[in-house]
Amino acid sequence: MDYFLFSVAAIIAVVSAVLVIVQRNPMHSALYLIITLLCIAVLYLQLSAQFVAAVQVIVYAGAIMVLFLFVLMLLDQENPIDTPSTLRYQNPVAAVMGLLLLVELLFLSARAQPPAVLTSGAPGSSPGFPGSVESVAESMFTRYLFPFELTSVLLLIGMVGVIVLAKRKL
Amino acid sequence: MIAVHHYIFLSAALFAVGIYGVIARRNAVGVLMSIELMLNAVNINLLAFARYVTPTTLTGQVFAVFVITVAAAEVAVGLALVINVYRNMDHINVDDINLMKW
Repeated sequence: MDYFLFSVAAIIAVVSAVLVIVQRNPMHSALYLIITLLCIAVLYLQLSAQFVAAVQVIVYAGAIMVLFLFVLMLLDQENPIDTPSTLRYQNPVAAVMGLLLLVELLFLSARAQPPAVLTSGAPGSSPGFPGSVESVAESMFTRYLFPFELTSVLLLIGMVGVIVLAKRKL
Repeated sequence: MIAVHHYIFLSAALFAVGIYGVIARRNAVGVLMSIELMLNAVNINLLAFARYVTPTTLTGQVFAVFVITVAAAEVAVGLALVINVYRNMDHINVDDINLMKW
């Protein structure tokens, strides 16, 4: 059952990721990207990361994708379809690069020796409820408090930067 | 039985699709979407390793949340840049945005 769920979610995620890339209309790409993100949230649930799955749905599939769709509609391009490239070999080169990277990653990860912990860490063997909000918050607000505070600075800088960039006249 | 390999293969596939998109897409918003795919592949890896290699600590999950935060900030700034480019050039085709090329 676990395996079946994983396979279905993974296949849908990869197929709609490919559709994100090959769609010519950016609006359709955005909608397929939402499907990919939701399938990845299902995988997070299987990895017992409930909090991250909820964040994925709310922040990624919710907020970030709304931002994408908002900008796509704001631009209101006359012709949203990709025009033919002025660079002649762009698509073949991109395909070769992507395939090369894929083969390399698959080769390396298939050849790698699994660490000893891997076998002991099979699903169901971890104590308690590791992905709950409580346990994530506990480690986020104690051990990783400083990085957590830094992300707030990052978001502030991002916000100021966006306002500076997008405002017509300061 | 799902092993950590399955997740690694899936994230490798998503990352490769994302890198193809970054190189081949000509719409600037499409390029940003491909970057999102790659960030998600990284997140899958973080969570899979957190689950299978260090099941008792939550470092991977905390860092996945940080990666999502960084992705949000990056998308916001990127889309603001896209809006600015559109205002100045009336298109967002990244092949033709070459004002700063020598």
